Amino acid sequence: MSQMEKKKNFFIEHKTFTIFGILAILLILTAVFAPVVTGGVSPTEGDLMKAIQPPGPEHIFGTDRLGRDIFTRVIYGARVSLTATFSTVALIFAVGTLLGILAGYFGGAVDAVIMRIADMLIAFPGLVLALAVAGIMGASIRNAVIAIALVSWTKYARLARSLVLKIRNRDFVAAAVVTGSRTPYMLLRYMLPNVLPTLIITAATDIGGMMLELAALSFLGFGAKAPAAEWGLMLNEGRTYMESAPWLMVFPGLAIFITVVIFNMLGDSLRDILDPRNEEGGA
Amino acid sequence: MTKKQLISRLAQIVVVLIGISFLTFLLTYMSPGDPVRTMLSATGVIPQEELVQSIRDEMGLNDPFFTQYFRWLGNCLHGDFGESFSFGRPVAELLSARLWPTLKLTLCSMVLMIVISVPLGMLSAVYKGSWIDNLVRGFTFLGISLPNFWVGLMLMLVFCVWVHWLPVICSVGDFKSMILPSVTLAIAMSSKYTRQVRTAILEELSQDYVTGARARGVAEWKILWLNVFPNSLFPLITMLGLSVGSLLGGTSVVEVIFSYPGLGNMAVTAITSCDYYLIQGYVLWLALIYMAINLVVDISYNFVDPRMRLKR
Repeated sequence: MSQMEKKKNFFIEHKTFTIFGILAILLILTAVFAPVVTGGVSPTEGDLMKAIQPPGPEHIFGTDRLGRDIFTRVIYGARVSLTATFSTVALIFAVGTLLGILAGYFGGAVDAVIMRIADMLIAFPGLVLALAVAGIMGASIRNAVIAIALVSWTKYARLARSLVLKIRNRDFVAAAVVTGSRTPYMLLRYMLPNVLPTLIITAATDIGGMMLELAALSFLGFGAKAPAAEWGLMLNEGRTYMESAPWLMVFPGLAIFITVVIFNMLGDSLRDILDPRNEEGGA
Repeated sequence: MTKKQLISRLAQIVVVLIGISFLTFLLTYMSPGDPVRTMLSATGVIPQEELVQSIRDEMGLNDPFFTQYFRWLGNCLHGDFGESFSFGRPVAELLSARLWPTLKLTLCSMVLMIVISVPLGMLSAVYKGSWIDNLVRGFTFLGISLPNFWVGLMLMLVFCVWVHWLPVICSVGDFKSMILPSVTLAIAMSSKYTRQVRTAILEELSQDYVTGARARGVAEWKILWLNVFPNSLFPLITMLGLSVGSLLGGTSVVEVIFSYPGLGNMAVTAITSCDYYLIQGYVLWLALIYMAINLVVDISYNFVDPRMRLKR
């Protein structure tokens, strides 16, 4: 009973987190149950007789040039955007943490190689390289994810490395080594738990930004491919009809905006809860 | 920054450039697209196997990887970045022609960004916790969450299509056509920068000398503009340098939207048409410019902060 009360208090105490957490869950549920939400309308097949119709009672967000329902496509678009964003963040998180811990724990040559590669990538505008990588590997959502991951893992690696270095020479680590702990055990049991909190906060605050980058790549034609329902791609398809059918651009853009706001708020509030030093919301 | 540090920085730049050039070359080498086929298809010739192979031999594309890489690198050092087939002109010439428009756009949006975010950030810091602060912070939050290509499209819809104030397509040298692209870029950048200005000023305001000056009855505006602001320039210039870099790479989306004839727009064309020499040249160029800017920023510390001259 007291456990329950504690939980309740936590959610009441952190209202922003609770509100945006619920919104985020709702968003994910909408994406998962897209066929139910849209009433079984197909996102990729349209009725050419009903092409370019303004928002009305039948199609609340209007239709595009192939007569596809924009509302349906926006809802299905959440699937692509959320999956791609979460996989990007997960990938960066995993790769960055692993390489950072290895670099910090082993030092020497391992450290030098990993950190020199990271330095090289940092000394360079990320989007340029992501663009080149995504373009060269061919347009697909998967390649866009890889491209962004390739240029973004460095931040996590640096963080993880610096956190590992902080405890690397502490007595309890030496004690664990002396008492015969194997290296994998050391990494998992001592190093990983030490870096996780900070990196989880970073990952949570990065979700919104990653989503924007992925949408930008799709918008430029280096991400999702037609006829997929993806917000960036929809904006690109819609912009030719700017004059006659502005609704083709308004709704996918709003969808990106709202989703990014929700995840940014969630990330910020999570950071405020877990890391009180950052309350100012500064850089 | 001492002479020794300067030399080590320059050496670092060379190392990074070689690394970057190797990476881009490797990527293009491994890529599934075939430039010869793309090139032939673009000119309307049906790419027959023998023709493709003979052109590949001629261009040296069948040579071993390292032979190709070092030949290309050697040519680059002589200023020859190869020929762009999608534009039909030498890469070096294209890059230098497209650089100025992009730089101009970057500068315009930087000026706009500073004009917007320095006053807002300072207001927000000075009136911390008041409604002004909350309002500014709310706006910066929205600004960070807005996709900049969408902002660009919406501005275009309103100002070009609905009220016809500005041209839809940009031409170089035309001030009017610079307005919307710069504003679009400045909105996203200034949201980030306003927050950074706020943090920097708050940091400085909490210093002891500010309390001291206040106790001595120095006017608040004097403290703010003559002490706090100059002292907080240090982190602000660092961030400014970083934003120039991200702007140079980040203009592509906006350039595409407004058909602006800059580097980013050209890069997108190069990538979609598998124009490998142009992609490689572009990436190298941007890396060079980006690192040069960061170096200039680091050197500028010596002028902004006299302590740096003594310390090192």
